[in-house]
Amino acid sequence: MNTGLPLLSLLVWTPVLGGVWVLFAGDRQAGTARYLSLFVATLTFIISALLYLRFDLQNPGMQFIELRSWISAFNINYHLGIDGISLLMILLNTFITLLVVIASWDVIEVKVSQFMAAFLILEGLMNGVFVSLDTILFYVFWEALLIPMFLIIGIWGGPRRVYATIKFFLYTFLGSVFMLVALLYLYFQSGTFSILELYDLPLGLTEQVLIFIAFLLAFAVKVPMWPVHTWLPDAHVEAPTAGSVVLAAVMLKLGGYGLLRFSLPITPDASAALAEFMIVLSLIAVVYIGFVALVQMDMKKLIAYSSISHMGFVTLGLFAAFVINEKTANAGAAIMGIEGGMMQMISHGFISGALFLCVGVMYDRMHSRQISDYGGVVNTMPVFAALMMLFALANSGLPGTSGFVGEFLVIISSFQASPWIAICAAITLILGAAYTLWMYKRVIFGPVTNDEVAELKDINGREKLVLGILAIAVLLFGIWPAPIFEIMHATIEQLYTHMLTGKAG
Amino acid sequence: MLIELQMILPEIVLMSMACALLVFDAFIPSERRHLTYLLAQLALLVTAVLVVASFPQITEYAFNRTFVDDPMSGAVKAFILVITLFIFFYSHDYLKEHGILKGEYFVLGLFAVLGMMIMASAGSLLTIYLGLELLSLCLYAMVAMHRDSPPASEAAMKYFVLGALASGLLLYGISIIYGISGTLDLQEINNYILYNSERLPMLVYGLVFIIVAIAFKLGAVPFHMWIPDVYQGAPTSVTLFISSAPKIAAFAMTIRFVNDAFMHLTPEWQGILIILSILSMAMGNIIAIAQSNIKRMLAYSTIAHIGFLLLGIISSQSVSATGVTGFADALFYVVTYALMSIGAFGFVILMGRKGHEADELDDYKGLADKNPWFALIMLIFMFSLAGVPPFVGFWAKWFVLKEIVATGLAPLAVIAVVFSIIGAYYYLRVVKLMYFDKPVSMTAIKATQTMRAVISLNGLAILLLGVSPGLLMTFCIEVMKL
Repeated sequence: MNTGLPLLSLLVWTPVLGGVWVLFAGDRQAGTARYLSLFVATLTFIISALLYLRFDLQNPGMQFIELRSWISAFNINYHLGIDGISLLMILLNTFITLLVVIASWDVIEVKVSQFMAAFLILEGLMNGVFVSLDTILFYVFWEALLIPMFLIIGIWGGPRRVYATIKFFLYTFLGSVFMLVALLYLYFQSGTFSILELYDLPLGLTEQVLIFIAFLLAFAVKVPMWPVHTWLPDAHVEAPTAGSVVLAAVMLKLGGYGLLRFSLPITPDASAALAEFMIVLSLIAVVYIGFVALVQMDMKKLIAYSSISHMGFVTLGLFAAFVINEKTANAGAAIMGIEGGMMQMISHGFISGALFLCVGVMYDRMHSRQISDYGGVVNTMPVFAALMMLFALANSGLPGTSGFVGEFLVIISSFQASPWIAICAAITLILGAAYTLWMYKRVIFGPVTNDEVAELKDINGREKLVLGILAIAVLLFGIWPAPIFEIMHATIEQLYTHMLTGKAG
Repeated sequence: MLIELQMILPEIVLMSMACALLVFDAFIPSERRHLTYLLAQLALLVTAVLVVASFPQITEYAFNRTFVDDPMSGAVKAFILVITLFIFFYSHDYLKEHGILKGEYFVLGLFAVLGMMIMASAGSLLTIYLGLELLSLCLYAMVAMHRDSPPASEAAMKYFVLGALASGLLLYGISIIYGISGTLDLQEINNYILYNSERLPMLVYGLVFIIVAIAFKLGAVPFHMWIPDVYQGAPTSVTLFISSAPKIAAFAMTIRFVNDAFMHLTPEWQGILIILSILSMAMGNIIAIAQSNIKRMLAYSTIAHIGFLLLGIISSQSVSATGVTGFADALFYVVTYALMSIGAFGFVILMGRKGHEADELDDYKGLADKNPWFALIMLIFMFSLAGVPPFVGFWAKWFVLKEIVATGLAPLAVIAVVFSIIGAYYYLRVVKLMYFDKPVSMTAIKATQTMRAVISLNGLAILLLGVSPGLLMTFCIEVMKL
C-alpha cells in the first residue's frame, strides 16, 4: 500500500517550493513563469492522481501515514495521513488549481509570477490542511493560507479590494484563534496534539459544548454559515476571477472539512446536543440567503450568495444525521445525509468554480459584472452561452448534473429527521432555479442590448478547454457519482459509528 | 578568588575593551571612525565567544552571592550579545547616512550591554540596581546623541525624568524590602519571606514599588508614557537598540525578582501583572491603530507585546516532554520579539536616506512595485509580529498561550487572542500600503550590501525559526529549569 515515495509530503511541498521557484523566476519573464506554474500544477495533480490509484477503498482508517518528530519538547509531530474525506478534498484542490492556472494564463498581466506563485503556495498549504493529523500542524497550515489569499485579493482585486481583503483576513483570523485556544485546552486534557488520539478522549458535556463552539467559530466563518457569512460576498466580488474560483471551490470546503475532522468526532455529544441549533442556522442560510441572492444586481455577488446557500446544505446534511439517529436510528439515512453533504461540497466546487469562471470570461471582455449591462449575449457568444446554461442548470440542481445528487440525498435524508426540514430545504430548489436562471435569462437571452455586447467575441480555445473540462466533470458525477461515494463510504461509516458512541460518560 | 574572576571574565573583557575603545576613539581622525565600529563589533564577538565557551551548567555564586552564574544568565547574555551585533550592523549605516557617526554611540552601546549582562547575573538587589542604572544612563545619552534634533532632545529629557522616577521607585522598594528582611541577597529574601509570612503586608508594600519600576522599564501600561515619545524622537538606530536588547535584560531582571526573591509572593505579583498585562495588550493594540508614524506605531506595538510577555511571566510552571517549562515561554517570547523588532526598525533604517527618516506610514506605499524582495522581507516581519504562522511570532504567542491555559487561566488566553486580532489590523495595514497601494515616488531603496544582506538574513531567520522552532524552544526550556 505504502511504497517508497512520501506522496503526502510531495503533495504539500511540491506546490509550495514550486511557488517559490516561480517567484524567483521574476515578473520580467511572464511566459516562463506561466509555463513553470503550469508544470508545477500538473505535477501536483499527477501526484494526487497517483494517490487515488494507490488508495485502498476498503480501509476506513488513515493511509499513507508519515510520522516524524517536529517539536519534540511538546510532542508536536509532522504527522500526515489521509482517509476518504481528505482524499476527495485533495483531488478537488489539485484539479481546481490546475484549471485556475490555465484560466488565468493571459488574463493576468501585472506581476504574473507573484500571482501564479501565490496560487501554487496556496494550493500546497490547503493540501497541508487536508493531510495534517496533528492539531498544531493543521493550525499552522490553516492560518498560513490566509497570507496568499490576502495578497491575491488585495493586489489583483477590484476597486474595494482593500476593504474586502482586510475584512476577509480579520474575520477568518478571529474565528481561528478560538480554535487555537480549544486545541490547547484539549492538549491539557489529553497530553497529545494528535487528532486521532483526541477522538478517544473522554470529555464532559459542558466542556464539549465550549470546545464545539470554539471550533464552530473557526469553521462556520470558513463555510460560511449564517450569520458570519458577510465577509464572503465582499471577498468574492473584489477578488480576481481565479481568486473567487479557489475561494468558492476549495477554501469554503475547509470549513466543512474541519467540521468532519474535528467537531463531529471530538465533540460528538455536543454536536448531537446542538444539532437542532445547527440545522436552524443551515436552513436560514439555505432559505434566507437564497432570497438575498434573488435581488443581487452584481453577478459575482449573486453567485457568492448562492454559494452560502448551497453550503447550507452541507452543514444541514452533517447535523441532520444526529437528529435522524435520535428519532429513527436509521443508520442508512443518516450516513446518506453526511455523504450528501460531502457530495454537495465536491459538486459545489465544480459548479461555483465554473460559474465564477463564466463571469470572469464576460468581465474580461466587458469590464462589468452588473447584470443590467448585459443582455443578448447568446447572439454573439453561442458556445459560451451553451456551457453557461449547463452550469446554471447544475446550480439550480437539475437531475443529471452533480448539483442534483448532493441536494437530493440531503433532502431525502432530512425527511427522516423531520418533514418540515425537508420542505424548507426543498424550497431552495425553487429559489436556486429562480435566481440562477433569472440571472441567466437577463444576461444571456433577449435582444442585444448595447454595442459592447454586439462586439463580443466567443470564447477562445483556452476558455473552451477549462469550461469544457468542468462541464464534463459536472455531467460525469451527475450521471455516475459512484466513484466519489466509493472513496468516502468506508470512512464515513466509521465516522458515523464513532459519532454515536459518545464520550460524555 | 580566581574562580570568581573567571566567572565574570566576559564582563571584565567587555568593560576593558569598552574603556580602551573610549580612549582609542578620542585619538583617531573622524574619517576613520568606522574603525571604532569594527572594534566594537569585535568586542561583542569576543565577549559572546567567552560567554558561550564558559556556558554554565549549574548555578554558581561569586562575590558573596552578589553575582549569579546560571544557565539563564548565560542564555540571556548570549542572546543580548547576538542581538546587539545585529543592532550595530544596522546602526552603522544609519549613523553614517545621517552624519552622526560618532564613537560614543558604540562605546555607550557596549557599556549598556555590560549593564544588561550585570542585570542578568544579579544575585542581590544592589547588583540589579547597578546594572539597571548603567544601562539606563547609557540609553539616556544615546537618545540625546542627535543633539541638533529637537524631538531627540525632548525624548531624552522625558526618558531621563521618567527613568529617574522609576529608579527612585525601585530604590524605595528595595529599601523597604531591606528594612524588613535585613538583607539584599535575593535568595535570603526568599527564605525570609518563607519563614516570616506575618510580615506579608509590608513585604507586598515593597513588592508593589519594585513591580512598578519593572513596569516602567518594560513599558507596561499604565507606566508606558515614555515609550511612544522616546521611540519616535530618538534616532532610529537608538530606537532599534532600546526596543530589543534591553527588553531581554528587563525580562531577566523580572525573573530575578519574581522568582529568586519573591517566589513565595507569587499570588501577589501574579495579580498585579495580570492587570498590567491586560491593560498593555488593550491600550497598545488599540492606540497603535490610530498612528500614522511607523516608529510610533511600532512603539505601541511594543507595549502590546510587553503585555503578552507579562502573560508568559504570569503563567507558572507546567511540565512538558523535556521537563518543567518554567518561564521558558517568556524567554522565547522576548528573544523572538527582539529579533522581529530589530528587523522592523532596521527596515525603517533601510528605507531612510540622508535628511529623510522614512518613518511615516505613507513612505511605504507601493514598495512592492519598487523593491519586491524587501517588501517581502517587511511582510515577513509584519505577519510575524501579528502572530501569523508559519513565522516565529506565531510560536512565541502559541507558547505563551499554551502555558497560560496550562496554568488554568484559559479566560486570560481568550482575552489575549482577542487583542491579537485587533493588533493584526495595523500590521496588515503596513502590508496593504506596501502591496496594494501605488507608489508615491519611484525612488528605489539605496542601501549598502551589508545592510541588504543583514536584513535579508534577519527575515529568513524569522521564517526558519517559524518552520522549525523546536530547537530554540528546547534550549529555552533547558536554561529555564530553575
